[in-house]
Amino acid sequence: MQRTGAQILWETLVRQGIKYVFGYPGGAILPTYDAMLDYPIHHVLVRHEQGATHMADGYARASGEVGVAMATSGPGATNMVTGIATAMMDSSPIVCITGQVSSKFLGYDAFQETDVTGVTLPITKHNYLVTDVGEIERTLREAFHIARTGRPGPVLVDITKDAQQASLEYEPDTKPIRLPGYRPSHQPLLTDTEHAIELIHKAKRPVILAGHGVLMSGAMRELREFAERAQIPVAMTLLGIGGLPASHSLNLGMMGMHGEAWVNHAIQESDLLLAFGMRFDDRVTGNLKSYASNARKIHIEIDPSEVNKNVKVDVALVGDLRQTLQQLLPHIRPCDHSEWLEYIERMKGDTAVRDIKNLPDYGHLYAAHVIHDIWQLTRDQETIIVTDVGQHQMWEAQYYKHEKPFSLITSGGLGTMGFGLPAAIGAKFARPEAHVWVIVGDGGFQMTQAELTTATQEGIKVNVAIINNGYLGMVRQWQEFFYGRRYSATPMRSPDYVKLAEAHGLTGLRVTERLQVERIVRQAQDTDGAVVIDFRVEQEDSVYPMVPAGADLHAMIRRPKPNALVETAVDK
Amino acid sequence: MRHALVALVEDKPGVLNRVASLFRRRAFNIESLTVGHTEQKGISRMTIVIDSDQTSTERVMAHLYKLVNVLQVADLAKAPSVNRDLALIKVQAEKETRAQLLRIADETGAQVVDSGEKTITVEITGEPDHVDSVIGRLQMLGIIEMVRTGLVSMVRGDEALLLSEAHFDFNSEKKKENQD
Repeated sequence: MQRTGAQILWETLVRQGIKYVFGYPGGAILPTYDAMLDYPIHHVLVRHEQGATHMADGYARASGEVGVAMATSGPGATNMVTGIATAMMDSSPIVCITGQVSSKFLGYDAFQETDVTGVTLPITKHNYLVTDVGEIERTLREAFHIARTGRPGPVLVDITKDAQQASLEYEPDTKPIRLPGYRPSHQPLLTDTEHAIELIHKAKRPVILAGHGVLMSGAMRELREFAERAQIPVAMTLLGIGGLPASHSLNLGMMGMHGEAWVNHAIQESDLLLAFGMRFDDRVTGNLKSYASNARKIHIEIDPSEVNKNVKVDVALVGDLRQTLQQLLPHIRPCDHSEWLEYIERMKGDTAVRDIKNLPDYGHLYAAHVIHDIWQLTRDQETIIVTDVGQHQMWEAQYYKHEKPFSLITSGGLGTMGFGLPAAIGAKFARPEAHVWVIVGDGGFQMTQAELTTATQEGIKVNVAIINNGYLGMVRQWQEFFYGRRYSATPMRSPDYVKLAEAHGLTGLRVTERLQVERIVRQAQDTDGAVVIDFRVEQEDSVYPMVPAGADLHAMIRRPKPNALVETAVDK
Repeated sequence: MRHALVALVEDKPGVLNRVASLFRRRAFNIESLTVGHTEQKGISRMTIVIDSDQTSTERVMAHLYKLVNVLQVADLAKAPSVNRDLALIKVQAEKETRAQLLRIADETGAQVVDSGEKTITVEITGEPDHVDSVIGRLQMLGIIEMVRTGLVSMVRGDEALLLSEAHFDFNSEKKKENQD
């Protein structure tokens, strides 16, 4: 049968099981949008192409499947750059399809021509420029394969307009994908596995560092079994949250720059670190020279290029985390580390609980309260929390106790403000039965608030909790700590979010003190359609503890009691 | 330490860019890079010389290995190998220095490939050290223009760099340390 390139594109997507495409049309992708009407694809019209990539990303993270974003050439494609880089840093499988000017104009600076494969070369797992209709199907199949296998990541396929328009006699390609240079899977060597087991059995003060790889490889059960049998406490990276239930007795909580003190101390004092699917990001390690300096290190990691990158390890097991843990588990003897666990427990005390209790809740509203209460009110439902980037993101990680995997979606590696709302829309498409809450700062929300219109047009129910402190809070915090409280360009005005919601035909609510939180959250839950809640929180509140950038992991700025800045600001 | 990395890559548009871009963004300085055809159609061979420690070299190899168009990577610094560099050197050759130049060429194995009224162009092929020393001797006569191809390298003996499934031993260095 005769098919155009555009038709072949959709046939291939449908055959890949794609149901949703997040995109924005334009000149060079017009033939593809025209053909789309004949295929069972739900297209979500975004308000900015960055939103399309974050939606595809949120969809991928919530579903475990590949998300698809689409845009035209030139500005459409360049607007995707931030979202692609976000997906790259957090290993999120998305395929971005962009239109390109016709092949005869390539290189002539034609209208809306950008060398998008050149632009995205360092921020994609792989990318393609397709100029021949005969290459469209093979390329797309390879793109989906590369995006979802091994360490997942974004793949961009740039297709010229003439390739979309040209037609040929088409038969679906069912041949196996042939990519001789692509080796996504590795097997750890037996001798290395044996060495690792020996180190594990010898350790007195071991700590597991559980990263995003636990979720990506689906190793939640194996992690739990491993930790329980060997009695090893587990510290989580931001993206690893949910890999082990927060209530599990061996779960220490989040590590790193805003990790709790006992977690970072446990890491610094350990004699063996077991890094499971994490990459020793600088936000996790602090000063590398003093990082867990008495610990042997075992690194289980799917990506060979992460081995010995930041931290030199004693044993590297390069392979899929789940498979590798399955190989190790039969050889792990039950261990007793009660002394070590009790030591950590003593360090822990009741600091986190005390912190919430100590915050005055009459006439005040703290972000910690808001997040704690949202947790209490949503914990019994299937809930996905999608955050933006900044203070609220760290408070979320500290105060929302995630019991389930894939219940937190957040931009970790790139730290992309504006990620929250569009990623939440994508997540809701992936899991419509889940309750999706966006926890977002007033700064980040304003970056991509146009996507509220997308949510409205699509009738998408997400609850947006704006942690509104009138500042770019995290930058303000750094200015307070490290720049003598000189608030350069961080005080920030917001629109009236209640009216903004109402202008969309949505419900807008406002909370100014703690006693209102429960009623308003319940009202949001009971309302059809998206709800925007403006939480007017303390303005000069900071995230504690904090390891200053580049400082030793144990050199944390601890919580003051009470926070003088906040108390005085309120008492005035 | 100097490492000669050899990569077998698919002969497709943009592959050189992908490799070069990788070295740039990971902040590795390339001393020389050559690309040429191999015995197999559709496969090119790159020889990339970097000055780097063992850990960083292994890391950049792992990054290279991840590129979809890269089929095989090897570090030839690890094995005895044949190394060749080629230089074309245009040297000032007035009447009084011509004989001296020809004598140097004769002694070092450099070939005279062209001559003009005031210059002679010689070609020298050999180990990079040898090429360096010839250049050194010619410098006093006055080098007008020079070009070097950069290193190409091949393992000695019957062993060949094949496309078979490469395996990375990420703990090789640690094991060596333990043995020492």
